[in-house]
Amino acid sequence: MTERELLSTSGQEIVFVLVGLMVLGAAVLCVTTRQLVHAALWLVVALGGLAVEYLLLTAEFVAWVQVLIYLGSVVVLLLFGLMLTRAPIGPSPDADSGNRPVALAVALASAACLVTLVVDAFRTTWIDLDEPHGRSDALGDSLFRTWVLPFEALSVLLLAALVGAIALSRARRARAGTPADGGGR
Amino acid sequence: MHLVYPAVLSSLLFCVGVYGVLARRNAILVLMSVELMLAAVSLNLVAFDVWLGDEVHSGQVLTLFLIALAAAEIGVGLAIVLLVHRERGSSAVDRLRALADRDGNEPDRAGPEPGPEGAASRETTTT
Repeated sequence: MTERELLSTSGQEIVFVLVGLMVLGAAVLCVTTRQLVHAALWLVVALGGLAVEYLLLTAEFVAWVQVLIYLGSVVVLLLFGLMLTRAPIGPSPDADSGNRPVALAVALASAACLVTLVVDAFRTTWIDLDEPHGRSDALGDSLFRTWVLPFEALSVLLLAALVGAIALSRARRARAGTPADGGGR
Repeated sequence: MHLVYPAVLSSLLFCVGVYGVLARRNAILVLMSVELMLAAVSLNLVAFDVWLGDEVHSGQVLTLFLIALAAAEIGVGLAIVLLVHRERGSSAVDRLRALADRDGNEPDRAGPEPGPEGAASRETTTT
């Protein structure tokens, strides 16, 4: 297409913008709500909407991996963490710390800076979505040919993180038998 | 699709995550905001990979790596938060000031208000 204009939107763009507004609203609610469990559930909405955005960008494999890993395991881990730290069920008034105005100022300043820069840089750029570019066979092909060494390194890192998490969880029981080391103070 | 839409969405999502990291008090909510920031970066990677039509799919492969790294990060982070909560009875990031930089003559008020569990665990470790 040669007669592309900024305001001549296609159906995909309209859906993208609508889902994007949903993602942004869920993200804002996730970082502002006073109920801790609701924050995790809004995170589910935001990350699920992001998976829809991946599908709209024809990256189907990444979208399903996002659904499986983020929605399936990370959010469940976060909910378990909230339960194990005895998070209050009702609204907790001290969910935000004292530096909220500063955080708002920093976020707004960086948002203005980034959006201005990005819009100015990519004003005349279009993505060609006619041919899908995230099919599982092509992605797996490049993952296990070109990127196989980083893939293996990442698997070792995941194993190390798992072992580290187990070691951290057992740390107190292991230290109870040894002489005191000051208790961190 | 215009490239501006995913790019603007990911930068706004990143800034929402920045706000959450700076403004939240509970450590698990801080971890959630970090997840939001990582997701924003993933959207950027996917959008630019599709735009460039990369032969080896570097952006999408990096997104897969990023998702795995986020899972590892959330595992280790939650283990640390749970350990801190068990030891000190609190997971509020602005009350954990044991490593804070403070003046020498200031009275030592750095510890968190120890909950009953935190105080008990400290007695067992210091005796």
